[in-house]
Amino acid sequence: MRSTSTAMSPAFKMTLRVLTALALVVIYVPLLLVVVNSFNASQTFAWPPSDLTLEWWRKAADSEGAKDAIVTSVQVALIASAISLVLGTMAAMALQRYRFFGRDTVSLLIILPIALPGIVTGIALNNAFRTVFGLDLGFLTIVVAHATFCIVTVFNNVLARLRRVGTNLEEASADLGASTFTTFRLVTFPMMRSALIAGGLLAFALSFDEIIVTTFTAGPQEQTLPIWIFNNLFRPNQAPIVNVVAVVLILLSVIPIWISQKLAGATDGLAGR
Amino acid sequence: MNHPTKTERTEAPERDREEQGPPAVSLRGLRKEFGSVVAVDGIDLDIANGEFFAMLGPSGSGKTTVLRMVAGFEVPTDGRVELGGVDVTRQAPFSRDVNTVFQDYALFPHMTVAQNVEYGLRVKRVPRAERRTRAQEALEKVRLGQFGSRRPGQLSGGQRQRVALARAIVNRPKVLLLDEPLGALDLKLRREMQVELKQLQRDLGITFLFVTHDQEEALTMSDRIAVFNEGRIEQVATPRDLYELPATPFVAGFVGTSNVIDGDAATKLLGEPGTFSVRPEKIQLHLDAAHVPTHHAVTAAGVVREVVYLGSATQSIVDLDHGGSLIVLRQNQQSSEEGDVAGRGAHVHLSWSREHTVSVVPASPDE
Repeated sequence: MRSTSTAMSPAFKMTLRVLTALALVVIYVPLLLVVVNSFNASQTFAWPPSDLTLEWWRKAADSEGAKDAIVTSVQVALIASAISLVLGTMAAMALQRYRFFGRDTVSLLIILPIALPGIVTGIALNNAFRTVFGLDLGFLTIVVAHATFCIVTVFNNVLARLRRVGTNLEEASADLGASTFTTFRLVTFPMMRSALIAGGLLAFALSFDEIIVTTFTAGPQEQTLPIWIFNNLFRPNQAPIVNVVAVVLILLSVIPIWISQKLAGATDGLAGR
Repeated sequence: MNHPTKTERTEAPERDREEQGPPAVSLRGLRKEFGSVVAVDGIDLDIANGEFFAMLGPSGSGKTTVLRMVAGFEVPTDGRVELGGVDVTRQAPFSRDVNTVFQDYALFPHMTVAQNVEYGLRVKRVPRAERRTRAQEALEKVRLGQFGSRRPGQLSGGQRQRVALARAIVNRPKVLLLDEPLGALDLKLRREMQVELKQLQRDLGITFLFVTHDQEEALTMSDRIAVFNEGRIEQVATPRDLYELPATPFVAGFVGTSNVIDGDAATKLLGEPGTFSVRPEKIQLHLDAAHVPTHHAVTAAGVVREVVYLGSATQSIVDLDHGGSLIVLRQNQQSSEEGDVAGRGAHVHLSWSREHTVSVVPASPDE
């Protein structure tokens, strides 16, 4: 930061500051509004709030629908992340450590689901699950659908780490007499660990607030939190509870991202070069 | 796999071969291609037990690839690698009784220094107590006895280098492979480590196979040196022979500074055609032809083009009247010698003894 500051004119610096501030305001003021409204005593969210209350939080805690939705969402996110960790790591190792025909294509195909429009993925999976595999839409189909795009975050994180660490340490391990599996256990895996955690947390957050693909792959019985919110948003007596649930959703999404950022920063010196 | 390089193979000292059976490392017709690039082009080499052997060459000459094939990281396209008479060409690195000191050290950053050193013993299931003792011994051998609990990231470059050394020797391998181990150190530290490495090798009696591009390093430490060029060995010889009797123009030019005399100049100066090498310090420079010593059979007159003061010595470049030029190096023993006054433009006489003219024959690149 400091070193570039001399190259910028004061006016330019000022413009940058204002634009950054504006962007942050546009993004975060509405979120803040949701948080404040979850304590707003007025059921119609009169602004500014005349009084603050914990009533909505109490009601939300009693709402079976909301609680079920949270549990479903957490379960889906955990299982989808776990699947992504295993498959994403294996794919990254295969693509980084071995050269084979069609390697670049495979790499692209793995990353693509995160770029594909959710609605396309949703419709495609919906069709495939029902007609090709003959599955009933439900918990399992949500998990599989989420895993398709959650793999990407794990894959990307692990790939970047493997690329940075290189093969020197693995060669050193083999040179000292360690078999391939021992090398993975004692060297490769420890070197990847923080990348796995970061990728896994991102995958969790991604799954937790997904709504489009979920809409097409969830059965009538299963409701994830975002879907529950969407369904209850326009019911007047549920609206205050929706605000509370939204705050919970914000927290559950932000915390993993925050932790994974911390980890990514803390491990920059990891390679020890 | 015979190719007619005019390699003078200097054999390992006779006593070593008598008592120690098969060579520690034996390479036969070793070849490695990466796609269409031939990195190693038919290497035959025997390294005796307990020898400090250097593979010297410019970058891209194939020396590191040979080392990696001995370690097992690369599979040869053709040829054999034998360790102590056993063919290991297809063996995985972890089944070979060799250890490597890597150029970038490759210490495990998530382990302490002690854990790094113990690693080889740990994966071979050596009991904990024994591996503690042996790791500590190895660390003390490289004068890092107090550093076991540190992380590699907390050590200086020189210390890391010594940890890498300890991590390798703790396994008591038959052969220690060193891939430019001193390359990342500054000059002073490098000089110290050269002496230390040599001492360590003598103490341990392990065969050292050492890769370097630094001719000085190779000359100071090695029992024998193989000079690599474009995937082939130009010459294998003791440091003294390599310097005094270079077999090819490449060796003459790569090991130390050399004057190569060929074509017309050779016939005029030396009375016979061919390619010859003479070291700059063998040539004497005189202002007066009468001062040329009588035993100096080769003489040439010329004009000084450039004088470079190097501290301990002075280097002069002399354009010969016959054509061509020679580099002359003279120790600055006294400041009043004639050489000093032979400034730019001075007419001088060069002379040297015939025995210092070495006939060099280019290694023919084709079979």
